[in-house]
Amino acid sequence: MPVRGYVVVNETYCKGCELCVEACPQHVLGLDATHITAKGYHPATLIADGCTGCGICGVMCPEAAITIYREKSGVERITS
Amino acid sequence: MTTMQTENETLVYARPESLTNVSTHYCPGCTHGIAHRLIAEVIDEMGIRERMIGVASVGCSVFAYNYFNFDFVQAPHGRAPAMATGVKRVLPDKMVITYQGDGDMASIGMAEIVHAATRGENITVFFINNTNYGMTGGQMAPTTLPGQKTTSSIHGRDVETQGYPIRAAELLSQLDGSSYVVRRSLNDPKNVRLAKKAIRVALEVQARGLGFSMIEFLSICPTNWGMTPEASKKWLEEKMIPYYPLGDYKVHPAVAQIKI
Amino acid sequence: MAREFMKGNEAIAEAAVRAGVAAYFGYPITPQTELLEYMSHRMPELGRAFVQAESELATINMVYGAACTGQRVMSSSSSPGVSLMMEGVSYIAGTEIPVVLVDVMRGGPGLGNIAPAQGDYNQIVHGGGHGDYHNIVLAPSNVQEAVDFTVLAFDLAEKYRSVTVVLLDGMLGQMMEPCELPPMKPMKTEFEDWAVNGAKGRERRFLTSINLDPAAQEVTNFRLLNRWQQVEANEIRYKKYFMEDARFAVVAYGSSGRISLSAVRAARAEGIPVGLIRPITVSPFPTAAIREASKDLQGMLVVEMSSGQMLEDVLAATRHNVPTEFFGRIGGMVPYPDEVLEEIRGLVKGPLTTEGHPRERWLKRMAERI
Repeated sequence: MPVRGYVVVNETYCKGCELCVEACPQHVLGLDATHITAKGYHPATLIADGCTGCGICGVMCPEAAITIYREKSGVERITS
Repeated sequence: MTTMQTENETLVYARPESLTNVSTHYCPGCTHGIAHRLIAEVIDEMGIRERMIGVASVGCSVFAYNYFNFDFVQAPHGRAPAMATGVKRVLPDKMVITYQGDGDMASIGMAEIVHAATRGENITVFFINNTNYGMTGGQMAPTTLPGQKTTSSIHGRDVETQGYPIRAAELLSQLDGSSYVVRRSLNDPKNVRLAKKAIRVALEVQARGLGFSMIEFLSICPTNWGMTPEASKKWLEEKMIPYYPLGDYKVHPAVAQIKI
Repeated sequence: MAREFMKGNEAIAEAAVRAGVAAYFGYPITPQTELLEYMSHRMPELGRAFVQAESELATINMVYGAACTGQRVMSSSSSPGVSLMMEGVSYIAGTEIPVVLVDVMRGGPGLGNIAPAQGDYNQIVHGGGHGDYHNIVLAPSNVQEAVDFTVLAFDLAEKYRSVTVVLLDGMLGQMMEPCELPPMKPMKTEFEDWAVNGAKGRERRFLTSINLDPAAQEVTNFRLLNRWQQVEANEIRYKKYFMEDARFAVVAYGSSGRISLSAVRAARAEGIPVGLIRPITVSPFPTAAIREASKDLQGMLVVEMSSGQMLEDVLAATRHNVPTEFFGRIGGMVPYPDEVLEEIRGLVKGPLTTEGHPRERWLKRMAERI
């Protein structure tokens, strides 16, 4: 089973530059076209399953807006 | 927003403590933000936040002191290395950095950076090369490539009348006083990781009293280049890296022994 | 304390050392270079910071950085070098940090020469750098005062978070005289709550002169101005000689004040009831004192080694109500006491007038002489 992870994008910082979108090896990040931040940007968000928590989006994010989690192996993620 | 972590998951990445919780004024995609973030991450990792004194410059990074969560002073245009010299000479145990753009360091402040380097000042200089004056709206900088169009070279930089770009890393590496001078790029994850490693080395150089360190970061300026961040990255790869080759231009033997 | 026979520049350097200066930055320029040379061995000997910078531009910014840490910091230079420092002086004023500068003036404009002059009065007293700010400016007229005012300059700079300039000329810088040096002060160990020295166990601090919001800049400028009013209220210094029964007065500062004192003494020997008012703080200027003294006077003579820069401040003080004449030697020329004596005699002889401008009459007299 592949490693699973997820990201949380802080909308205070995200400016929708898409550097994370382009860098994501799983192609699971995109801009949320249905939503506009206080600064007027479409923020980045997970748009599909398959995030592995690899951290590459965080490497490219100029705003340090992304918090990245990776699930410990063999544990099902509890969604709330 | 607070970061949550349960026992079932590992925190892979979170905003470093050495950044303030302030949204930057940088344009979307501007790699000043990546440089800021990397510097803050390394400072966190080294546990030296309380020892840091930053020197901000004039240009887009004029407000750097708003974003770094440690002590800062603000220099006049180009004079950050002189100001950093003043700070470091009276507080030699503190970690002193300057953060300068290409207009600031390679044009108006050329004398100050050259002499800080040749004195072997025990400071660390972070130099952002994005080939133009960003803050004033994209004029020709000392780093503007031959033929590159800017608002003050609208037909492209003509080297016959406007001269050639300055390769700052190569230039400073020629001075006996410099200990660690490298060029990195912020265009892709691999290069960003290499840039972060270089920041660590540079700050270790200072922490160990080994003298002057400088990192040139090739950066994108999507707004003034008139491109998307994605297209800007490609332009950097295709135009900037051939003119400004990445690499280590000066690694003093004592620096080469640093193991991280 | 024993008196020592010292050159002005070196006496200032040692006075600064004893006042607890932690860092000196400078660049060689005649006629202040001995100050830099003295510091180059004295500061390292005491474990304090010394850097011979690549330019005065770098110098003032090294001073700026070091002063941001709260330490006592200084530089020295001469006219052209001080011009190069002006950007930094404005930043330092805008950042509200204490700095001591010594300006050993020489002949100008331009490269000019290395002879004594007072042609930078306006630059130092009335601005120099951009923006709304004031320097405290102390003008010694002998080596002992140069020593005393250097020590005072550090105290005033710190008290008012201000740039304080010790303004002298090449004659005083190069002159050797006996002087008494102050005892060695302990170095500063406690620092103000604005000092940038590492955010250990406290909130981060930053020092800057930027205020993008004009309203915030206005607040800053009012704060600077309010502080300046305190300086004006507390720190005006001047010296009066033979003024008790004087009907005439010479106003002169620094070297020209000293030369004028010789002339005043000679005039007194001739029975002329003349005195001398010598501003010590040329900024803030002793306006009220001069106005008050002028009320009892029939005439005044302003003597400077410039074309009448302080003259305008004297005329403003007396509101042109007192007949005033001017005498200056310029471009590096130093007036002889006899020349000033002759001017005093001329003043007394009259005609005394408040018409026209003293500078125009002086130019006419000089045209006949030169």
